[in-house]
Amino acid sequence: MSGHHIVELKTNVTTFIVLVCLTILTVLTAKFVDLGDGNLVLAMAIASVKASVVLLWFMHLKYDGLVNRVAALCGIFFLALLIGISYLDLFFR
Amino acid sequence: MSTAKVDRRVDHSHHFSSMDAEHEAGKQGVWLFMATEIMMFGGLFAGYFIYRFKFHDMYIAGGDSLDWKLGALNTLVLLFSSFTMAQAVTETMKGNNKKALKLVIITTLCALVFLVVKYFEYTAKIHHGLFPGFDLWNPDMDYISSKIRDVSILENTSPANLRLFYVLYFAMTGLHGIHILIGIGLMVWIMKRLKNNEFSPKYYTAVEGVGLYWHIVDIIWIFLFPLMYLI
Amino acid sequence: MSATDTHSHGGNYINCEKGLWSWLSTIDHKRIALMYFVSIMFFFLVGGLFAVLLRLELLTPEPLFMTGDMYNRAMTLHGSIMVFMVIVPGVPALLGNFALPIMIGAKDVAFPKLNLASWYCLMVGAIIAFLSLFWGGVDTGWTFYTPYSGRSADAVTMVVLGAFVMGFSSILTGVNFIVTVHKLRAPGMTMMRMPLFVWSLYATAIIQVIATPVLGITLLLLVFERVFGIGIFDASMGGDPVLFQHFFWFYSHPAVYIMIIPAMGIVSEVIATFSQKTIFGYKAIAFSSLAISAISFLVWGHHMFVSGQSALAGSIFSVLTMLVGVPTAIKLFNWVATMYRGNITLTTPMLYAINFLALFTIGGVTGLFLAAFNIDVHLHDTYFVVAHFHYTMLGGALMGFFAGLFYWFPKMTGRMYNEFQGKISAIMTFVGFNLTFIPQFIMGSQGMPRRYHTYDGIFTPFHVTSTVGSWIVASGFIFAIFIMARDMFKGKKCEEANPWGATTLEWTIPSPPIHENFKEIPTVTGRPYEYR
Repeated sequence: MSGHHIVELKTNVTTFIVLVCLTILTVLTAKFVDLGDGNLVLAMAIASVKASVVLLWFMHLKYDGLVNRVAALCGIFFLALLIGISYLDLFFR
Repeated sequence: MSTAKVDRRVDHSHHFSSMDAEHEAGKQGVWLFMATEIMMFGGLFAGYFIYRFKFHDMYIAGGDSLDWKLGALNTLVLLFSSFTMAQAVTETMKGNNKKALKLVIITTLCALVFLVVKYFEYTAKIHHGLFPGFDLWNPDMDYISSKIRDVSILENTSPANLRLFYVLYFAMTGLHGIHILIGIGLMVWIMKRLKNNEFSPKYYTAVEGVGLYWHIVDIIWIFLFPLMYLI
Repeated sequence: MSATDTHSHGGNYINCEKGLWSWLSTIDHKRIALMYFVSIMFFFLVGGLFAVLLRLELLTPEPLFMTGDMYNRAMTLHGSIMVFMVIVPGVPALLGNFALPIMIGAKDVAFPKLNLASWYCLMVGAIIAFLSLFWGGVDTGWTFYTPYSGRSADAVTMVVLGAFVMGFSSILTGVNFIVTVHKLRAPGMTMMRMPLFVWSLYATAIIQVIATPVLGITLLLLVFERVFGIGIFDASMGGDPVLFQHFFWFYSHPAVYIMIIPAMGIVSEVIATFSQKTIFGYKAIAFSSLAISAISFLVWGHHMFVSGQSALAGSIFSVLTMLVGVPTAIKLFNWVATMYRGNITLTTPMLYAINFLALFTIGGVTGLFLAAFNIDVHLHDTYFVVAHFHYTMLGGALMGFFAGLFYWFPKMTGRMYNEFQGKISAIMTFVGFNLTFIPQFIMGSQGMPRRYHTYDGIFTPFHVTSTVGSWIVASGFIFAIFIMARDMFKGKKCEEANPWGATTLEWTIPSPPIHENFKEIPTVTGRPYEYR
């Protein structure tokens, strides 16, 4: 039955370890790899991966129905809209 | 008026058709609320990106003045607390209320550790005159110079703009901290109910809901940490 | 049925329990709706009083009885009250709360306690905002633009915090309605068999959930600016005042669609019922509601054409704004097509709905004038804009609101209002409204600025006409509220379940309904509006 999938300890532990590794990656790339402005993009990309991992496994979105995924995606989409279109103003004044 | 108390461990509220329906509805409600949290914090992220674009160098200066090791410690603490919270949900779903209670207690302790670390960080910043309000703004530029990656950045940018970094730093981590406090409150509530055996494998919605909230708080920090401390 | 359903009560939801506390602690969506009725009508009368005072002051070009300061405060309060306390909660919290669960065959909303919390949020927020009057009030305009609002010596923080709390009312109602529509529909009630009012509330709830939090953070940042002096919107400290406007309008533009979409839903119901005809283009109207909801997020910059925003952004916003007229026009055509060859009865709700059709069309079309970037440069901050938004909000949302109030009056109260008097109120509001606002279009196009309390003598005849009109429209609405307030208690009893011959589920249960709405949840086998 949907919504009743029990996530086992093994999965939770694996997820945690993955997140720790990604955190270490974030710190190493920020401190030792110089891409100029690319550092921001890279850091955000890694953070997005971490967030997705939390959403999918810790927050059970992988096992959930459509509505909850849409709710999460809507938040992200409309946020992108706010930031993106505001940029259109500020970048092009 | 429904005066009879429904034993939610085995039965559903009168307006739902089944326990499943009520459980799914509860989860949906929490997810929709999570969407609102994304939009609210998102506004602050928008402000961060926009001002970073305007005052790029001062943002580097500000970021470097923060202690990234403490930030990383806090990140690991929160990730661990997310793990214990997720496992607490698993244990409740299996009916192991006692184990779940222990895990929620550990989660709460992690949250407290996070707040203590932030307290030390905040007091250090205030001590160096870096709190952008209440007439406390008096930036110790020597301190900034000692921590910045390249002192030449400071030469042609003004401390007035550095202030905007700290505005967003305190606003974003402050609001995040308030959400941690609220989370602690929610966890105390859950602990009380776990202790009273109010949950069962058929009814654990509140634990799952608080778990979802806690993971969102974690996700926000996942983005805050690199933005503020690292780059 | 659930073994825990042990409440026994005779009668209906109104008399099943007595005492003030039974109302203040209720989790019955219908009782909560009535509590909203009392509060919102009160707020409406207060906001309207400020409007009448403003128009009175504007009878003469020179100051009459208000100083400029007083005028600005009255103007700000009129706007803030009407936006945050009347029209945004208006239809969803009042009529939506009452009708939505019944229309989908449910016994209550998904989260009844959260529903009560929404009402308390509105009340607490309103009290905080009203308290600001004791600290001198606010003179920034309801839009609270920085940098003035960041530095103004007045009670801005209080009003803004009040609005912040009221925002939660809106968010919680939105969450409640979305989950209710998803999870509590009766067997057989597919999404495509839901009444259009429910579709409109669903589309609105999406906006409430996504847009309101951005207002929340904006207002919070403004409070920080004032309390901590952080300077995030203050140019002298490196901040950007236009950023405030971006954040503010990211909510406030979708907010106007929170105001209008539910009213459009009511119009769909009323027109179908009083034309005794299947609504024309059910799917088109349902999807148009969603389309308006989605597009509403893309157009906020049209409030900022002259704020120093980049020309690129301005052009993009201009085009997107015109796009939102398309689903709106689709609905208008469909309503008229529904009436065509219908068996029309001009009851009070129908008259208010027809008011909506005429007035909202004018409002919408004048919106297109303003959407054009190059024209807006001349019309921005003139009375043309004031007239435009009053045509859409008063002529549209409020007329729809009153259509709904009269339409569901017999169901909510078990009594009938005085039909003749109701019709008079509809006509008075229509005539008075046009008299008030047509002169405003004209003087706006001739350059009369908005929010000014003195003006050049050439505009005097327009202002005088407008003020006289304001007396008529105010009387019309006061009369309408009086009719409802009186007939709630003294109106002729209406024992029938379906006095209008309508086809949606709420007309199959007694007037007023029992506490659980349905003795047994119905199974739905057909679509609504199946007249012929």
